[in-house]
Amino acid sequence: MTPLIAYLLVSALLFSIGLAGALTRRSAILVLAGVELMLNAANLNFLAFWRYDPHPEELTGFLFVIFSIAVAAAEAAVGLALILAIYRHAGTSDVSEITEMKG
Amino acid sequence: MTVLITILAAVTLSGAVAAMTLRNLVHCALALTIAFAGLATLYLSLDAQFAGLAQLLVYVGAIAILIVFAILLTPGAPESDREPRPHISSSELIGCVLALGVFAILAWSVAHSAAARSAVATTAPAGNMQQIGETLMQRYILPLEIIGLMLTAALIGAVIVAMKESQAPR
Repeated sequence: MTPLIAYLLVSALLFSIGLAGALTRRSAILVLAGVELMLNAANLNFLAFWRYDPHPEELTGFLFVIFSIAVAAAEAAVGLALILAIYRHAGTSDVSEITEMKG
Repeated sequence: MTVLITILAAVTLSGAVAAMTLRNLVHCALALTIAFAGLATLYLSLDAQFAGLAQLLVYVGAIAILIVFAILLTPGAPESDREPRPHISSSELIGCVLALGVFAILAWSVAHSAAARSAVATTAPAGNMQQIGETLMQRYILPLEIIGLMLTAALIGAVIVAMKESQAPR
């Protein structure tokens, strides 16, 4: 098993853990945490492919990770602000109880 | 090298599993911080010093604090350990099966990828700050400006969204 495959498998496992958490947890904050874990798994993939690339000096995957971290920071701020607004409006942060838009 | 990766991956994955399974939300936030810190060390083991330290600064420093604040500002959290749930609900089962399926597909494609198997480590790239800065300021100047604009918009938007509804103009 080459190191690249090891990193890719760790990343796939992390993505699955994040996906399972985002799908099963009822707290909106933990759903957001699961999404963050999935984003981080993608970042780990980018860095692994950048490190084992024949031309790492072009820094493509590396800079994608830097931009991705910036986007994730903005996403977390807006997402948590939305959760606070929903909590103030509905009195709960349980995603299974927020059913106002259910058809 | 492989031993190092195994240890770091074990810490990261156990942190992630704990963050997604524990009942107490504050414990979840702590476990999530461990997972983020483990990921930062994984980045460092990939010779990506700047990305690893940015991960520490942004995730362990900022996002973990944001999540703790959000948990403490929304009391009466669901799935508290007051009522032990008798069985696993069907939606939880479906979610876990879906995640397992995604992992099976990903692992199968990684194991059967010729590119991943033939990849060998080249010499460690000189990812020094000067090179990163020059690339950011020359080739990636437009994405950098857009990211700056987006961060400003997200900051203002988060403040407006989290503001009290009574203070917002009609």
